[in-house]
Amino acid sequence: MQTLPRRLGAAVVTAVIVWFLSVRLGTFRDFQIAEVAIEVTAVAGLTVLTGLSGQISLGNGAFMAIGGYTTALLLLHLNWPFIAALVASAAVTAVAGGIVGVAAARLRGPYLAGATLMLGVALPALASAYQGFLGGDQGLNVVFTAPAFLGATFPLTRWQAWVSTVVALVTLVLLANLCYSRIGRNWRAVRDDEVAAALDGVNVAVTRVLAFVVSAICAGLAGSLLAIVTSLVAPGAFTLTLSIALLTAAVIGGLGSLPGALWGSLLIVIVPTYVTDVATSHGLSSSVGSNIPIAAYGAVLILVMLAFPQGIQGGLRRLLTLFTGPDLGTRIPRDAPAPHVTPPADEAPASHHEKEGTA
Amino acid sequence: MVEFLQFTLSGVSFGMIYAAVALSLVLIWRGTRLLNYAQGGMAMITTYIAIEVIYHTGSYWAGFVVALLAGILLGAICQVTIIRPTMNKPPLNAVIVTIGLLVLLEGLAGIFFGGQYRSFPAAFSVTGLKIGGTALGVSTFDVFVVAAVLVTTLVLAAAFRYTSAGLRMRAAAFNATIARLSGIRVARVLTVGWALAGLLGALAGVLVSPSTFLYPNSMDTIFVFGFTAAVIGGLDSPVGAVAGGLLLGLALSYAGGYLHSGASLVPLVALGILVVVLMVRPDGLFSATQVRRV
Repeated sequence: MQTLPRRLGAAVVTAVIVWFLSVRLGTFRDFQIAEVAIEVTAVAGLTVLTGLSGQISLGNGAFMAIGGYTTALLLLHLNWPFIAALVASAAVTAVAGGIVGVAAARLRGPYLAGATLMLGVALPALASAYQGFLGGDQGLNVVFTAPAFLGATFPLTRWQAWVSTVVALVTLVLLANLCYSRIGRNWRAVRDDEVAAALDGVNVAVTRVLAFVVSAICAGLAGSLLAIVTSLVAPGAFTLTLSIALLTAAVIGGLGSLPGALWGSLLIVIVPTYVTDVATSHGLSSSVGSNIPIAAYGAVLILVMLAFPQGIQGGLRRLLTLFTGPDLGTRIPRDAPAPHVTPPADEAPASHHEKEGTA
Repeated sequence: MVEFLQFTLSGVSFGMIYAAVALSLVLIWRGTRLLNYAQGGMAMITTYIAIEVIYHTGSYWAGFVVALLAGILLGAICQVTIIRPTMNKPPLNAVIVTIGLLVLLEGLAGIFFGGQYRSFPAAFSVTGLKIGGTALGVSTFDVFVVAAVLVTTLVLAAAFRYTSAGLRMRAAAFNATIARLSGIRVARVLTVGWALAGLLGALAGVLVSPSTFLYPNSMDTIFVFGFTAAVIGGLDSPVGAVAGGLLLGLALSYAGGYLHSGASLVPLVALGILVVVLMVRPDGLFSATQVRRV
């Protein structure tokens, strides 16, 4: 089992790699680093919610919107320092997550998916409706500058990449600890069998709501980062596409796995950019060139899911066992059985162990 | 009062379109326990096919029929090629595959048909009907929309009820293992389910596009409301899908008409209805009471 020093070590190594990349590469790569960091923060929260506690959410983009707007309003009207706004955004989204979690506690599978999907669609519409306070469709501008001690020539994008990375890594380390604590065990217990968990003294309702709160906080942090990296919060940034991309990244990476959240985020940020580069370098017309990345992204989603049913992290783990033999399997398996979303119509009578997983 | 009548009639017209989408989702859900997030994207593609056929032949009905046939074909092809391989994998995989399919279809539509908004012709006049000089706020085309969805729904319902193919489909949805043991080729039945869902989706696309324009994302909103309607009605219930669609269509029409900043609040109203319904009945309005598996 992983230990705290090992996780901190991984975080430090990642930080050094990001530092090296951001110093060596240009402004655009800085932006991409920030994008991946934001994505991974939100996806990590969702992979915990869906993979560990077994609740699906297609509306975490709404929590990102709450975090982003909170940060923007605090920076704009009260001139708070960013770090304070970040903490406040986390607090506000925690409350929002609690409310949604309580409402969601009775819902299962597609009904939960439907409710959260509508939340993801409806909440940004609120911003369009309140022109004065929330800036309507134009959104709110966010002013964010690099601190003075770095010097006047220090590129802002690099600072944004650093800040995003630090927040993402801290979130990941905290989440990793949480997942292996009593709370994480309770989540898994509730996911696998609610009744058995309740008989063992786990408070099912509180456990489920807590998962929503944690995932909302992560999304809120991500939204807050998005606000300072893009210098803008607008309804158009928090579309249904965003919410769906978060779930996609979580599943593609490997549901319930934090490294998987990183792989998934890298995939959905880098594939479209890479294909765009290739398309433009071949001089394709704009309507074709701008749509090839979308089509390629869709095709990659389908292919990865068919080739790696357990996501990228599951695929990597299988590769690893191919080389080292199954002995490494003494580690506690972490691949999450998918939650109670779409139970197969004809569950073939499986062995007892497998049955537990798909319930 | 006239205003109220107008909002009601246009609500019914949109509600029937949501109902068609909801029905297509229910068809697939009952057979495969899977929500098809690509339903809107599939409808968008078939509507593009219809617009091309109409453009080249000059006949609306040729486009209409081709769209429905394309819907059947697309549904069957998607099920056989990419959905069937996911059926024995973790359930969320199939969900992501349908999301991937949606993105792929929208990308392909952009590549082949361009991203610009295109207007789609209506079968009948879209000017408002009048009764004794008062405008009703509905057109002949709206009447056609309601009639088309109703007829399709009733034909499907009758087929499910009275034909042996319908019986096989119900058996497969009820219990696939027992159906298979009784000699029903469940895999083929599921493909037929997807084909019928494709037909309903294509119908919704052709019917809604005259009032929304056609572009690669044009069906997204319709899909979201159709999904909401299906959830409100209960995903296992075709009657619920139609009722949910009508309820949502009416509520959104009244909200858009009467509320001050109507248009932008419509999604919030939909969310409100959904939350209230699910608080009272977590499995939708028309779900049979079921015992949760322990």
